[in-house]
Amino acid sequence: MDVAVRPARIALVGNPNSGKTALFNALTGAHQKVANYAGVTVERKEGRIVSEAGRSMTILDLPGTYSLRARSLDEEVTRDAVLGTLAGEVPPDVVVCVADATNLRLVLRLALELKQVGRPMVLALNMFDIAQRQGLRIDLERLSAELGAPVVTTVATRKRGITELVAAVEAQAGLFRAETHNEWHAPSAAEIRVAHREAERIMKACVRPPERPDTLTGKIDSLLLNPVAGLVILLAVLFVMFQAVFAWATPAMDLIEAGFGALGGLVAAVVPDGLLQSLIVDGLISGVGSVLVFLPQILIIFLFIILLEDFGYMARAAFLMDKIMGGAGLHGRAFIPLLSSFACAIPGIMATRVIEAKRDRLTTILVAPLMTCSARIPVYTLIIAAFIPNETVWGFANLQGLVMFGLYASGILSALLVSLVVRKVFWRGAVEPFMMELPAYKIPDVKSVLFNLWLRAKIFMRRAGKIILPLMIIVWALSTFPYPPEGATGPAIDYSVAGMIGKTLEPIFAPIGFSWQMVVALVPGMAAREVAVAVLGTVYAVAGAEENVGALASVLAADWSLATGLAFLAWYVFAPQCLPTIGVVRRETGSLKWTLIMVGYMFALAYLSAFVVYRIAVALGGG
Amino acid sequence: MTQTIKLSQARIGDRGVITQVGDHCHHQEHEVELERRLLELGFVEGARVELLHEGLFGRDPIAIKVDDMRVALRRHEAASLTIALDAA
Repeated sequence: MDVAVRPARIALVGNPNSGKTALFNALTGAHQKVANYAGVTVERKEGRIVSEAGRSMTILDLPGTYSLRARSLDEEVTRDAVLGTLAGEVPPDVVVCVADATNLRLVLRLALELKQVGRPMVLALNMFDIAQRQGLRIDLERLSAELGAPVVTTVATRKRGITELVAAVEAQAGLFRAETHNEWHAPSAAEIRVAHREAERIMKACVRPPERPDTLTGKIDSLLLNPVAGLVILLAVLFVMFQAVFAWATPAMDLIEAGFGALGGLVAAVVPDGLLQSLIVDGLISGVGSVLVFLPQILIIFLFIILLEDFGYMARAAFLMDKIMGGAGLHGRAFIPLLSSFACAIPGIMATRVIEAKRDRLTTILVAPLMTCSARIPVYTLIIAAFIPNETVWGFANLQGLVMFGLYASGILSALLVSLVVRKVFWRGAVEPFMMELPAYKIPDVKSVLFNLWLRAKIFMRRAGKIILPLMIIVWALSTFPYPPEGATGPAIDYSVAGMIGKTLEPIFAPIGFSWQMVVALVPGMAAREVAVAVLGTVYAVAGAEENVGALASVLAADWSLATGLAFLAWYVFAPQCLPTIGVVRRETGSLKWTLIMVGYMFALAYLSAFVVYRIAVALGGG
Repeated sequence: MTQTIKLSQARIGDRGVITQVGDHCHHQEHEVELERRLLELGFVEGARVELLHEGLFGRDPIAIKVDDMRVALRRHEAASLTIALDAA
C-alpha cells in the first residue's frame, strides 16, 4: 500500500440523534480542536487520528441533518463541506454516514443522497448494541451491496467497532479514483419520494423488524408529554435546575473568589505599588476573576442541559413549550437557548444555531439578553439588601425574595413582549413550521457527559481570555487615567476618564434619579455587569465591597433614596450592560443593524422603566 | 369505506396511512418547501401514522408516530397531510 503524503480527510455526516458526536469523541478522544468555520459561526470540530497501519487522518464532525438540502446555517455547512465547496475547507476523501441502527429509514435516504456526491462512503451503524437488544436483524452484506459502500457496526459509547471503522475508512481513502463526479442537486419533492421508495425497498430487503421493539419510550412519553403532568414535570425540572445553579455553585464560587483575592494579595505584596501593580491586580486578576467566578454556575447549567439533551428530553421540552412560546412569537426550539441565557447570554445566543429559520433565530437572539443572567445577581443582591426590608409578607413570603422573583419575572415577561413586538413590526404573518424528531430515550453515558462538559468549560475559558480580558484592561485604563491631581480628596476614579464620562452623562441620568457616582459605576459595568458592585465600592470608598456587601449596602441605603435604588434595579433588568454579549450578537447575527437595534431597544427600555419606577416611587413618597 | 381526513383534524389514538403529502397545487414557495421538509422527516405517502400526544393549549402541537419513529409538529403543518383512517 502506498504511503499517503497528506492525511486523509474524513467527514462525519448523519441524522440528528444518531450518536454522531459520541462516535466522533470515540474516534478522536481528547485530540480534537473546536473552532468556527471561516466566515460563519458554526462550531467546527476536527480531530486527528493515526490508523493502525500508520496512516494519519483528520476527522471533521459535521452538524446533523436529514438532507443535504440545507435549511439552517448548520445544515448549509454540512452540505458545503460534503460537496467540497465550503470556503477554507478541503473536500473530504471519505464520507462516513453515521446511522442510529435502530432508526434506519431516514438515514438510508440521506445515504442515497451522499452516494450521489460521488465520494467514497462508509456507513457506520451506531448504537448497534441497542439494535441487538431489540432483536433487530440487519443483513449487513446485503445492505453493503445495495448501497455500494462498506458497512461497519459500532457502539460509540463503549468504543466498540472503532478500529474496524478506521480500517474501512482507510481502505476507502486508499482507493485510486479519478476526479469525483458529483451528481447531487437539491432534490425536488418528486425525487425525495423516489428516494424514499428506494430506501424503503432496501429496508425491506436488509432489515427484519425488531422482535422486542422499544416500548419504554412510549411509556415515558405518556407521562412526560401528558398535557398537564408534562408541564408540571417540566416546571419541576427547571426549579431543581435553578436551585442547583444557585445553591450548589456557591461554595465553588466562593473558592474561586477567595483564590483570586489571595492571588491579588500575593501579587500586591511582591510587585511594588504603582501602575504595574494596579494593572495586574485591579485590571488582570480581578478582571479574569470576575468572569471565572461564573464558571461553576455555567457548568451546572450546562450539566443539566447536556444530561437532558442526551436523555432525549430537550425535544420534549420544546414540544411542551411550543404553544406557550409561540403565543409570543417564539419558536419551541428557542426554549433551550433562552434557558441557557439564565446562566449567561453568551452561550444562550450561541445555542440559537439549532433554530432553522433565520427570523426565529434573530428574534431569540434579540431577547436572550433580557433573561436574568447570573452576572446581574450580585447587583440585585446588593440593592435589595440596601433598600428592601428583610421581612415576611402575607404570612409566608420573604419580601426580599419576592423582589428577586419579580426581577426575574420582569425579564421573562419583557422578553415575551419584545418578541411579540418584533414579530408584529418586522415580519408580520410569517410563521415558521415547528417540526422535530422526538428521539428514543437513552440513559446518558457518564463519560461522554463529562467530556462534553469539559469541552464547554474550555470554550468558555478561552472566550474569557480572548474577548473579556482585553475589555477589562480597557475599562481599567478608563478608570485609572488620568491620575488624580496633587492633594485630591475623593477616590481616584472621580478624576479618571470614567469619572469624567460619569459627570458628563449625569444630566441624562438625572431624570431617572441616578447620581454621577452611579453613572461612573455604569461605565466599567459595561465590561461585565457585576463589576458595577466593585466600582460602587470604590466610589463610596468601601474597601472589599464584593466580600462585604453589608457595609456597602448600608452606605448606599444612607446615600440613595428608595426611588433611586428601585430605579437602579429597573435599569439593570433591561440595560445591555455587557460588551461581550454585544460582541457575540454582532458576530452571530453578522449584522451591525440588528446589533444596534438590540442595544437601542434595551437602553430605551432601561431608561423608560427606570424613569417610570423613579417617578412613581417619588410620587409615593420614596424620593 | 375508509374515512379520509387531514392529519390536523386527528385526535389522540387515531391511526391511518398517509395518502397525500402537500396539496399538489403549489402557488407559493413555502408550500413547496413545507412538502419537501415533511417528506424528509418521513411523512411520505404510504407511511403509517398514529397521533400519540397533544399539547395542552388548543391540543397543539401534536406528537405523531410515523412508521417506527416519533415526530412533533404543529397542526398548522399537519394540515398538509391527508390520511386514510383505519377502519374502526
